[in-house]
Amino acid sequence: MKQSIFTVENNECLAKNTYELILSGDTSDITKPGQFVNIKLDGCFLRRPISVCDYDDKTLTLIYKVVGRGTEFMSKLTKCDKLDILTGLGNGYDLSKSGDTPLLIGGGAGIPPMYKLAKELIKEGKNAAVILGFNEEQELFYEDKFKELGTKVYITTADGSKGIKGFVTEAMKNISYSYFYVCGPEPMLRAVYKESIAEGQFSFEERMGCGFGACMGCSCKTKYGNKRICKDGPVLFKEEIIW
Amino acid sequence: MVDTKITLSGLALDNPIIPASGTFGYGYEYAELYDINMLGSFSFKGTTKEPRFGNPTPRIAECSEGMINSVGLQNPGIEKVIEEELPKLKKCFSKKVIANISGFSIEEYVHCCEKIDGEKQVGLIEVNISCPNVHNGGMAFGTSPESAFEVTKAIKEITKKPVYMKLSPNVTDIVSIAKACEEAGADGLSLINTLLGMRIDLKTKKPVIANKMGGFSGRAIFPVALRMVYQVYEAVSIPIIGMGGISKAEDVIEMMLAGARAVQIGAENLVNPYICKQIIEDLPKTMEKYKIESLENIVGGAH
Repeated sequence: MKQSIFTVENNECLAKNTYELILSGDTSDITKPGQFVNIKLDGCFLRRPISVCDYDDKTLTLIYKVVGRGTEFMSKLTKCDKLDILTGLGNGYDLSKSGDTPLLIGGGAGIPPMYKLAKELIKEGKNAAVILGFNEEQELFYEDKFKELGTKVYITTADGSKGIKGFVTEAMKNISYSYFYVCGPEPMLRAVYKESIAEGQFSFEERMGCGFGACMGCSCKTKYGNKRICKDGPVLFKEEIIW
Repeated sequence: MVDTKITLSGLALDNPIIPASGTFGYGYEYAELYDINMLGSFSFKGTTKEPRFGNPTPRIAECSEGMINSVGLQNPGIEKVIEEELPKLKKCFSKKVIANISGFSIEEYVHCCEKIDGEKQVGLIEVNISCPNVHNGGMAFGTSPESAFEVTKAIKEITKKPVYMKLSPNVTDIVSIAKACEEAGADGLSLINTLLGMRIDLKTKKPVIANKMGGFSGRAIFPVALRMVYQVYEAVSIPIIGMGGISKAEDVIEMMLAGARAVQIGAENLVNPYICKQIIEDLPKTMEKYKIESLENIVGGAH
């Protein structure tokens, strides 16, 4: 974990209520796709945990959905604004388990961490496919960005306005995969758990206090004992999850 | 050269800065960030006889200048704390630690204090009779002078270590409870624990926290904590550790002027993990600014 100051390079609306924030700063503590950062915002007491979408040596990309006061404040950030951020939080995805044909499943605000994960898996020569789930076409983002990586992209919308009508599990039915990685709202995670025909990893969301394992605010029970979503997670293996 | 040293019931501290129980785990998350040996001491995560998972999630809610938690005393139990956590802590913290103990019956408090009594790493015992997040215990012991007296007396009989009773602000008259603890032989007092609070989510129209209510802490509660320390200082002669919403060196001085001999930093650790280090570094120059040569001399100075 590292605390440092990042500078806003760009902050733009990608889709309905969805923004992409590009920051420059010290990313050296971010080591794996699936980790998150915790951002101090003026007017908020607690930091706001946001999953990492992409990063390189000096750039950090976050995609967030405006859901409350914190993310609303973030949506108004402009170039050159400074942010106090804790980086390198959470365990991240374990890429070594992926097999040759991993399936990446993201729903809404759970899509961003799939981007860096897809990038890394493709770099390793894996034949990754991605399912991106939305409620409606107006929420759609990053379809082209995923395609540019060379992954097969399946789009689902709950209302059928784009791609396959239904939830991500509709798309899963017709895809064969060696392993899967999923991030999204809990009802989606539960549905994916039931539908899945291989082992996989789930990224969970929980209201957090500190984000670095000190306060026990985000604990959950697993088959391997109590875990803190922020420190021992947010990624849990399918085999250990207790719903 | 200003003097930040302070003693608490014979325990000599380099400075009065102590991370509060429940915000600092068993120390090592923070030891990865800075050398925690610079702390005066720290109060470890509230520990009970049996292991506890605590309350369902969500356990955390945001407030203006503060937060609510309903963790509910999640801890691995006293046996594991002694066998695993303390040896691990020894590797990153060479000073004496404060053992924060909680229970659901006098027998449980006594059991934990008896177990911890032989641990050389423990400088003093802080007895939590004020947790708002557990039923049939915790706060129940801290809301009447009679039960506070009873649990204090029972613990004092079985340990040689200094015993500090941690008091709840969720009472009509904290002074009467403080006096009962003193009368039962408490060596000191820690105050305040969190204030019982709640938030409701306007979208779901239901409480944010699964347990509905939780303990409110953070900068917002500082004036309440300060007032209670001030009142209790007037009524007792045993030392007080003051806590509640402290976020800067000025707050430390203010709390000591109200009557605290040492202070604990809680919620602020969660939003700024370096806060204790920063306060310790800021304290000498803040003392100079207000022409304070020694912290020992300002305790209760506002009275």
